Amino acid sequence: MSSHSFWYASSPTISKPLANVEDSRLKTWLIGIAGWLIALIVFFPIFWIAITAFKTEQGAYSPDLIFKPTLESFREVFARSNYKAYLLNSIYVSLGSTLLCFLIAIPAAYRMAFFPTPKTAGTLVWMMSTKMMPAVGVLLPVYLLFRTAGLLDSVWGLIFIYTLLNLPIAVWMTFTYFCEVPGAILEAARVDGASLMGELRDVLAPMSLPGISSTALLLIILSWNEAFWSINLTSAKAAPLTVFIASYSSPEGLFWAKLSAASLLAVAPIMVMGWLSQKQLVSGLTFGAVK
Amino acid sequence: MIKRLLPIAFLTGCLLSASSAFAQKTVTIAAVNNPQMIELKKLSSKFETENPDIKLNWVIVEENVLRQRVTTDLTTGSGQFDLVFIGIYEAPIFAKRGFLKEISNLPAAFDVDDVFKSLRDGASYQGKLYAMPFYGESCMTMYRKDLFDAKGLTMADKPTYEDIKKAADTLTDKSKGMYGITLRGKPGWGENMAFIDALAISMGCTWFDMQWKATLDTPEWRKTLNYYVDIMKKDGPPGATTNGFNENLTLFASGKAAIWIDSTAGAGTLFDKSQSQVADKVAFAQAPVGVAPNGGNWLWSWDFAIPKASKNPDAAQKFAAWACSKEYIKMVADDTGWATVPPGTRKSLYDNEAYTKVAPFAKVTLAAMAAADPNNPTVKPVPYTGLQYVGIPEFQSIGTTVGQNIAGVLAGSSTVEQALKASEAAANRAVKQGGYQK
Repeated sequence: MSSHSFWYASSPTISKPLANVEDSRLKTWLIGIAGWLIALIVFFPIFWIAITAFKTEQGAYSPDLIFKPTLESFREVFARSNYKAYLLNSIYVSLGSTLLCFLIAIPAAYRMAFFPTPKTAGTLVWMMSTKMMPAVGVLLPVYLLFRTAGLLDSVWGLIFIYTLLNLPIAVWMTFTYFCEVPGAILEAARVDGASLMGELRDVLAPMSLPGISSTALLLIILSWNEAFWSINLTSAKAAPLTVFIASYSSPEGLFWAKLSAASLLAVAPIMVMGWLSQKQLVSGLTFGAVK
Repeated sequence: MIKRLLPIAFLTGCLLSASSAFAQKTVTIAAVNNPQMIELKKLSSKFETENPDIKLNWVIVEENVLRQRVTTDLTTGSGQFDLVFIGIYEAPIFAKRGFLKEISNLPAAFDVDDVFKSLRDGASYQGKLYAMPFYGESCMTMYRKDLFDAKGLTMADKPTYEDIKKAADTLTDKSKGMYGITLRGKPGWGENMAFIDALAISMGCTWFDMQWKATLDTPEWRKTLNYYVDIMKKDGPPGATTNGFNENLTLFASGKAAIWIDSTAGAGTLFDKSQSQVADKVAFAQAPVGVAPNGGNWLWSWDFAIPKASKNPDAAQKFAAWACSKEYIKMVADDTGWATVPPGTRKSLYDNEAYTKVAPFAKVTLAAMAAADPNNPTVKPVPYTGLQYVGIPEFQSIGTTVGQNIAGVLAGSSTVEQALKASEAAANRAVKQGGYQK
């Protein structure tokens, strides 16, 4: 604090507004520090995975930050697994399920946002409640259904199950964004002779694009990271990156460096995508949050 | 028109039949991620070259995931896998339920009699073989020879648990981060219970009497748990309830523990200079004994089995027989050296000087494997088989509950008496529900 501010602060007439400025500055600082702290805590595991991936198996256990980096684990991982096949499956499954989700979620959310019925709120809550069921509880029936339908170890099977998993989130988020669009604009479009498709394409879509694109990003990330169903329903042909990581965990022997290399390879594409689109993601997620 | 199409139809027919004649049989293998399996996957390209009509598809996962996947596949008869990797505990249980195909017509060169009888018995049901042992493990005492020498201690070839306690007490120096002993503490039927079962059997304990009444709240079990908790609290590392095989392997390999009693599978890693800081200081002795002469031993093997729903059972058996053969052991030796071959399944390996010379733990492993008898596991007669498990499907849940109760004692949240009382009640409930107890 400078001597001037000390003088101002000690002056009874102007101390109040100055204290407010000081307060808000302190608040900004505290929020900044808290934000950085949370970011560091969230990022720490990824940082640790990244450095462990470049250590030897023997050195993987030591917490040293200074070491001689090696690509040994990456070489081993590429020699042992067909990374490209896992990566392609992850891409197909996350993009496919996200597209299918929107095909169902957009009409559903449109109907619920602009033509609500007394049962709309209840339906929304019911949809979300399906997310609360533990997945393992329905493993066996789903497995049997997949076996009968010939969907075990197929990309289509995974797309189908991920669509079911993510649909409640897709509907909820799209519904929230649609609610931000004034119904009068759509009515005006209808008066001007817009068809239903035209209304969706030319009016609704551009207005809720940030929301829809951030929902898409979220759905892609959720599908990319889903491990329970992918591990249980695929084996050789349709296995995505989560199965690739699982194959490097072991109850006996040293495996941390290889597991870290595999994990880094698995999260890298989605991290880069998240990095590039973080602006849209944040603006979409906070879309309509402050009126 | 039809006439014009005839040659095309004929040609298509020819092509289709030709392609089916050369069609490859795919064998999808569900396997666990461990060094032995990774080596097998690497060398399996030789098998594929020798057998161009067979294509191998590998699904390698972590042990718990493997169990879940294989059990789901077998119980639903989905035929996702043609060959599955299962433990000696599961083999007879799955065979009894008709999930597995019998292993028969093995080639003479396979020399099935060379495989340890205890492992063959463990993988059989009603005298028929249902799985082929790929590698086996038992229990041994691993200790730091240099620390023993420095304190003037000696390790008997077959120590008693009292000997272990005295040595651990002497060698513990917590101020220097040296722990006299490290043992499994992470709860789970295949985690802490694998060791505690071996300890309990050596102390004369049983899980059930001949009427399937649980016998956990007994003086023998109290003695066992008091021993385990005392030694772990006094001489063990902090936070022992999170330590499983790998954590203990790391503690010992990084020179922080003086004694470790665990699977013979650990010996190879501890003896490998690239993975262990104590490679030239480690020595091996047999598993400790209590009142039962062979009690400290356990017997476990990882086996290949063929699901009933397999689409290509013959090709699967052909590969399994190749992987479990004497020739395969030789192949691994040529590739990475004798010390890393799949141990514990074949007598001939232990007659091989090339192996015994480079693997000083071989003699101890052989003695442990020979002494282990899963069909007569305890001092008192029992209605079940299995050395560090009870060979019934309900055991996974019983073992894990008891393991959690014991971890609670180690963490200081309950007493030995409370844990055993709760464990006995849980075990009785499970066998009553399973229809064992009348």
